[in-house]
Amino acid sequence: MPSKTNSTRLSVLKTYKLYIGGQFPRTESGRYYVVNDGSGNPLANACLSSRKDLRDAVSAARVAFGGWSGRTAYNRGQILYRMAEVLESRQPEMTRELQQSGSSTAQAKKEITACIETLIHYAGWCDKYQQLFSTVNPVASSHYNFSVPEPMGVVGIVSSSENALLGLVQVMCAAIAGGNTCVILANTESPLASISFAEVLATSDLPGGVVNILTGKVPELLPWMAGHMDVNAILCDPSTAIARAGLEQTATSNLKRVITLKKEDILSPYRILDLQEIKTTWHPIENIAPSGAAY
Amino acid sequence: MAKKTKPLRFDTDWKYDPAPESASAAKINEQYDLFMDGRWQKPLSGKYFETINPANEKTLSRVADASEKDVDRAVRSARQAYEKVWKKMAPAERGKYIFRIARMMQEKARELAIIETLEGGKPIRESRDFDVPTAAQHFFYYAGWADKLNYAFPNKKTAPLGVAAQIIPWNFPLLMAAWKIAPALATGNTVVLKPAETTSLTALKLAEIIQEADLPPGVVNIITGAGKTGAAMVNHPDVNKIAFTGSTEVGKIIQRSIAGTNKRSTLELGGKAANIVFEDAAIDQAVEGVVNGIFFNQGHVCCAGSRLYLQESIAKEFIQKLKDRVATLIVGDPMDKNTDIGAINSKNQLDTILKYIQIGKKEGSAIYQPACSLPKKGFWCPPTLFTDVAQSNRIVQEEIFGPVLAILTFRTDDEVIEKANNTPYGLSAGVWTDKGSRIFNMTRRLRAGVVWANTFNKFDAASPFGGYKESGFGREGGLHGLTPYLEIL
Amino acid sequence: MKRSSPAQISPDFRRTRVVDQTGIEERAARFTKRSIKQSSKLQALYQVLNMIDLTTLEGKDTDQKVRQLCYKARHPHDELSGIPTVAAICVYPNFVRVAKKSLEGSGIKVASVATAFPSGQSTRAIKLADTRLAVSEGADEVDMVISRGKFHAGEYAFVFDEIAAIKEACGKARLKVILETGELGSFDKVRRASDIAMHAGADFIKTSTGKIQPAATMPVTLVMLEAIRDFYYQTGKQVGMKPAGGISKSKLALHYLVMLRETLGQDWMSNEWFRFGASSLANDVLMQIRKEKTGQYQSAAYFSVD
Repeated sequence: MPSKTNSTRLSVLKTYKLYIGGQFPRTESGRYYVVNDGSGNPLANACLSSRKDLRDAVSAARVAFGGWSGRTAYNRGQILYRMAEVLESRQPEMTRELQQSGSSTAQAKKEITACIETLIHYAGWCDKYQQLFSTVNPVASSHYNFSVPEPMGVVGIVSSSENALLGLVQVMCAAIAGGNTCVILANTESPLASISFAEVLATSDLPGGVVNILTGKVPELLPWMAGHMDVNAILCDPSTAIARAGLEQTATSNLKRVITLKKEDILSPYRILDLQEIKTTWHPIENIAPSGAAY
Repeated sequence: MAKKTKPLRFDTDWKYDPAPESASAAKINEQYDLFMDGRWQKPLSGKYFETINPANEKTLSRVADASEKDVDRAVRSARQAYEKVWKKMAPAERGKYIFRIARMMQEKARELAIIETLEGGKPIRESRDFDVPTAAQHFFYYAGWADKLNYAFPNKKTAPLGVAAQIIPWNFPLLMAAWKIAPALATGNTVVLKPAETTSLTALKLAEIIQEADLPPGVVNIITGAGKTGAAMVNHPDVNKIAFTGSTEVGKIIQRSIAGTNKRSTLELGGKAANIVFEDAAIDQAVEGVVNGIFFNQGHVCCAGSRLYLQESIAKEFIQKLKDRVATLIVGDPMDKNTDIGAINSKNQLDTILKYIQIGKKEGSAIYQPACSLPKKGFWCPPTLFTDVAQSNRIVQEEIFGPVLAILTFRTDDEVIEKANNTPYGLSAGVWTDKGSRIFNMTRRLRAGVVWANTFNKFDAASPFGGYKESGFGREGGLHGLTPYLEIL
Repeated sequence: MKRSSPAQISPDFRRTRVVDQTGIEERAARFTKRSIKQSSKLQALYQVLNMIDLTTLEGKDTDQKVRQLCYKARHPHDELSGIPTVAAICVYPNFVRVAKKSLEGSGIKVASVATAFPSGQSTRAIKLADTRLAVSEGADEVDMVISRGKFHAGEYAFVFDEIAAIKEACGKARLKVILETGELGSFDKVRRASDIAMHAGADFIKTSTGKIQPAATMPVTLVMLEAIRDFYYQTGKQVGMKPAGGISKSKLALHYLVMLRETLGQDWMSNEWFRFGASSLANDVLMQIRKEKTGQYQSAAYFSVD
């Protein structure tokens, strides 16, 4: 563990906790694991989340869903933009965080910049993707009929195993820009930046529970997430080495949608669409004036 | 209701004489083989099974029972047609074939309707006025998409998936075949389709039309059989896409069996739709909507409005109106043009429905069934209303798939939204109110893929259909119905 | 029947029940899908004939014309035995006496339009005088028109009071209230006018004068039948229905009969509670009856025009 960063003052070590419902609790299990830096030396202790932490995170996401999906799209866009602003202002600190995990300065800077650009890109989509994917359907009867995308609900996310922070921001944006709430299983090896990023979220007007971040062992938590009856979809980063067959089998318990993120096309409204349902609404049209025939 | 007012009497002196459609206007073969590679081929199994008319239990025909090897032949034929012909064909030409099929269905509409009714048990009025015309509309609608796919997805290119295995249910045999085949062909895929084992004939009739339309051999293969045949289709390694309409239970089995493969899937599964009536609604039209919502096609409809939520202030009046309306429904011979409620599709399904009616009674709900004389042979269930029902009753929670309506009451908007969404399903919902702002609040907050406001059970080729939650995923109909058959690049 | 004062019984007519156009049209169309065959068809044709208010309401009407019409009412088609008479003939007040005499002993009623028919644009005094004239001449039934202008202006109390006053002037004559639905503009207003008329004392509500297009349609009639049904359940009082104008073919009349049967049922299935206001329907019904009996399609040349 890094004990002293200079000879005169004992540094204050950061405790990395979980991010659930807008709070930073410790894992209820009391378990932890050691996270190493780039050279394999111990860097910090991270929470080894349990299935109960997962349960709490899903509950928080479910509670937050109504409010988040019910906000105006404009407001969601502003909040995503605010995240970008806050991240921009914390660039040095977040860069240092990535460096500790083994990134070079250039890599770290590049990754943070990419995170900010991703947030801004999706901030702009919040009030536009609906217009691309909605339709007014010309039905052959006296009805007004339209289809609009709506968020699926609570999305369980397995985030990237490379470029941990950028990977997390990408999956998170795809989920929350479209009004979903999510529970993110952070990368097991480099989870620290994810938790520090949660501090960005906590100071960005993002309502508690919209994004929840758990650290720990993905293979241990994933079956519980896949089997959870209140999770509507699972989004996996393609870089994660998870057994898809088992995941998809467990996910059938409540017919979860299991989606693999298309990374090659990440800055795209189609990634928001991946986590949307299409709702079609019908309503009769009073049609007296033009025809007069029936009346 | 004023005191001492006698209820209206619908046992009138004037009655309608039977007005049967003529079965002789349709030609049904004694036996049907499998339609593969553009030809009728005997099943390798050598086995056939009987299909009956559920209204009189008489045998209509014998259809082939496709084995795993037959499925393999069908998939091979679809694969070959895909690689050698269909994916190479100019999209506009593909479209013209589909248009041709639509037109031929319209030409043979009467015959198709008769067969649909004979084998499925649904009233001839419905197969004639709804099933067949809507099926033809689906082909017509998707035909036009074939050469316009580049306009459907902004900034994207598309590619077909390959061979689609399609398994359809017995409640709308021809219409479901159209919902499956039309978009698959328009997007450049080839098809192996299996109708349900109790309702194979209109799909086989459609095979005859496809043959007559000169569609290249193997582009559409129609094979018959039961669950085992379906399982062989799902598990065939050379299938790229599974499209299934049926129960949530089977949907989950399918989903499990393709887990970890690259097969794409669309599932249209069960439902338990809430139909919500507010006190300011156009009450008589709401009554009609509720009746069509649950008694259309004997209630064999996945999106049937099987849970009725009435605002308390109108509940008593509404239930009276509902009983009056139900008293005028004519239950009986599906071939009679005046029949409103035909035969239950199978003995199996009838047993399920009767089981739930027993459960409803045991749970303490009050039952209402109008007096009607049912034929001796065949499978019948009168329209059934349950009142004094609680949200926790099984007849509220579980899909019955029959003409059985559970009636509950509510007081506030929030209460009814919570109750309506309180189900694992999310296929459809209905709301009846005269207040525009409430309609938009309700339709937005109801978690269902199709929401009917001041109407119910409307379908159209241009209108996407499909569920949230355990009602399945993917959409059929409209522009959104293209997505499940395309790779969007 | 003893009547409570309007203030006690009349609801707030601004808040009458709404009607969804698409829904009502779908329901009305559904009745047309009933297939009426064989003996049920013949029975229905007799029923329709017996529900007709044979009508002449023209500027060129004469005593002679009215007498001819009355003969037709009594003897629709003597060539066929067992044919029922029509329910009533419907004329202007000044022809009531002639009609009454011509129909003596037949049981056929004489209905008279009144209240400045067809526009209703006159004073209350004149409308009452018009009504009293019809009644004193011997009319069994009075067909009044509502003040559509006042109705559109939202003066529902005026419309209500006028109907109540005419009802009083009718004495024993039954009052049919014509809404002139073709001038009301929406199904909601048809429903509202029906409610006002029934609460004000109408014995029948009637769609049209026959002078305005569109006249009776199935959806409009259905809205009114449903209003009658609600009124019956609320008050226990039966009110009759008369679609008028535009029903000239038997097939359409049978659709109406199906609609009546499935909306109000047995208790309305007679000419005491349901009428067709029509001038040319009777002959078409007769042609159909003859076709049913002979199996041959018929020609109008073989049926007297009036």
